[in-house]
Amino acid sequence: MARAVVTLPAQAKRGEIIEIKTLAAHPMETGFRRTQLGELIPRDIIRRFTCTYNGTEVYRVDLHPAMSANPLIAFTTVATESGALSFQWVGDNGYTVTEIASIRVE
Amino acid sequence: MSLRTGVRSLAWVAACALLANAWAAEIPLGERRSGYDLMSRETRAMQDEDATNPGMLWVLDGEALWNRKAGAAERACADCHGDARASMKGVAASYPAFDSSRARPVSLEQRINLCRTGRQKAAPLAYESKELLALSAYVARQSRGLPISILIDARSKPFLEAGREAFHRRQGQLNLACAQCHDDNWGKRLAGSVIPQAHPTGYPLYRLEWQGLGSLQRRLRNCLTGIRAQVPDFGAAELVDLELFLMWRARGMKIETPAVRP
Repeated sequence: MARAVVTLPAQAKRGEIIEIKTLAAHPMETGFRRTQLGELIPRDIIRRFTCTYNGTEVYRVDLHPAMSANPLIAFTTVATESGALSFQWVGDNGYTVTEIASIRVE
Repeated sequence: MSLRTGVRSLAWVAACALLANAWAAEIPLGERRSGYDLMSRETRAMQDEDATNPGMLWVLDGEALWNRKAGAAERACADCHGDARASMKGVAASYPAFDSSRARPVSLEQRINLCRTGRQKAAPLAYESKELLALSAYVARQSRGLPISILIDARSKPFLEAGREAFHRRQGQLNLACAQCHDDNWGKRLAGSVIPQAHPTGYPLYRLEWQGLGSLQRRLRNCLTGIRAQVPDFGAAELVDLELFLMWRARGMKIETPAVRP
């Protein structure tokens, strides 16, 4: 049931600054915690988040332990042309989630 | 003892009794406040918008589960109840509700599991499992903004009274009653945290402390652990009675599910 939610305006004026909000469902296990029996719980985090706008990378984040579960990443970009924004979360244990959203620029 | 001092000491006892009563009084209806009002601006903003509210991740999972066929009966919730946005509107605002087959009030989670075992012929979902939290969050989300309205009649009255008694009973090694914090000292701080009035308006809710979604019973069990009392199992009758009392106590307040709390 891995999923992510992306929110951005459906349309914008050319040159307008738009805000994009993303939520990804992920436990973000730090790798520093232990079970009650003292065994280390292996690290399981999202390592990288990228956003590409019509193929051009406009935003990238490296994530580390000690970031909250279900990380909320909000950022802005300039609406340049109509097209697709692609969002990708990549993490430990083969975790990959991709979301695509479209925007109309007038 | 002269008559005069006798009258004076009687008056003193009466004054003390009045004061004690005032401390133990329930919060007047008009002065009730959701825990939302006691949160920081940032946490309120997180709850206000679906785009930033992590509880929505569970709500979306719940929507998928609502439409998925399950059990030997090969039926989905939607096959009987249709579109939850219409059929489940206001339902969570009236739970716990009396169930004739069990002859006692059942919580929303228990109601979902009764449907699963009875209608879908499926195994009940475990308390606090991702699936049960997702389904209850999805159902309760349909009541967002609606006032809590618990039906109390002759059948459910004894359970309400049992819940009220539990709320006011001192228990645990710290010998504390729920009411001592949540009626008498709300708004003050317990360590770094503000003590809320304990109105269950937003369950299941996302607690930043939990880094996840949890039910009202999880919260109640947390509090009971805090006062070092014996903690009933999930779904235990005493927890449902307490849930019933708390929802009745919050009658008329608006559902916020999925709420965010610090």
